Amino acid sequence: MIPFIHQYAVEKYKWITDEEFLDIIAIAESTPGPIAINSATYIGHKVKGIKGSAMATLGVVLPSVIIIVLIAAFFMQYKDNVWVEYAFKGVRIGVAILVLNAAIRMYKKLDKNILSYVLILIGFSMILFELLPVILVIAIGGVIGIISQVLKVRGETK
Amino acid sequence: MSLKILLELFITFFKIGIFTFGGGYAMIPLITEEVVAKNWLETSTLIDFIAISESTPGPFAINIATFIGYSQQGILGSVLATLAVVLPSFIIIIIIAKAFHKFATNTYVVGFLKGVKPVVVGVIFSVAIAFLLKSIFSISIFTIKEIDFKWSTLLIFAVVFTMTRIWKKIHPVFIVLVSGVMGLIIYGFIL
Repeated sequence: MIPFIHQYAVEKYKWITDEEFLDIIAIAESTPGPIAINSATYIGHKVKGIKGSAMATLGVVLPSVIIIVLIAAFFMQYKDNVWVEYAFKGVRIGVAILVLNAAIRMYKKLDKNILSYVLILIGFSMILFELLPVILVIAIGGVIGIISQVLKVRGETK
Repeated sequence: MSLKILLELFITFFKIGIFTFGGGYAMIPLITEEVVAKNWLETSTLIDFIAISESTPGPFAINIATFIGYSQQGILGSVLATLAVVLPSFIIIIIIAKAFHKFATNTYVVGFLKGVKPVVVGVIFSVAIAFLLKSIFSISIFTIKEIDFKWSTLLIFAVVFTMTRIWKKIHPVFIVLVSGVMGLIIYGFIL
């Protein structure tokens, strides 16, 4: 997705500069939501304000919605078919592996320190044992992160 | 058509949109929690939806919102769920584009993400474990109803997992296809 955005928004239409492109990636990674939506909204805003954002976002969402509605309509009709069920019994294992690999990939990208290991353990155990809802666990992580960062910045300025 | 469910779809996916940090996979734990708690789908059906959403083009977040919305309330449901999941990003990015040019280097933002990222990794690990227990041993965590274990499910896991470790850049669609074909052969012809 990211190379495509660069190809069109920077090289072909020159809506944004290379530097702005890097800013957008940084912002997209530090805000919630899919990069596709974040960058479409940002680039749209840059070119034509809120109207631009709305059109760019609509443009990036529409193909998915159409494709998925067609597939969903088809799937709902055939999901009780015994052969479809057999295939999906296998697919469910494949999906578990996809999720596991995503976790491994994200783990490798983390800064490794005691705090991050503690936070991984909190996230893992709270959800596995259903002790707290997901949103609360994420919020706790955010608060601990902010406190540690503020302390660190203060320590550096002293 | 139920107005109540439409409203619930909107609120649920808006919430999911706010709390998804770190790409599409990061929203799976929250989706699972919400969708199963509201009795919209069983875990296994949700996993089927995830498989299809990962193997079709377009952002996963949009695909899964559209899929779940459609399953509950048809096309209107799919449009509403998708709108809801997009809206938080949309609003936040517009505010940032207007006001905060140094957003990504702000101390609070940096700190927040430093805390959220490892927590999300832990949460995703736990969901992966829950999905594996469910799909290989038919175990829902702490409600071990009946362990329905067959060597064949472990075989699918071993083959597909090894494949993904050797060929790291493999596209999700191949994983879905390979595991689907193995399921078809093993459950359809052998068992």
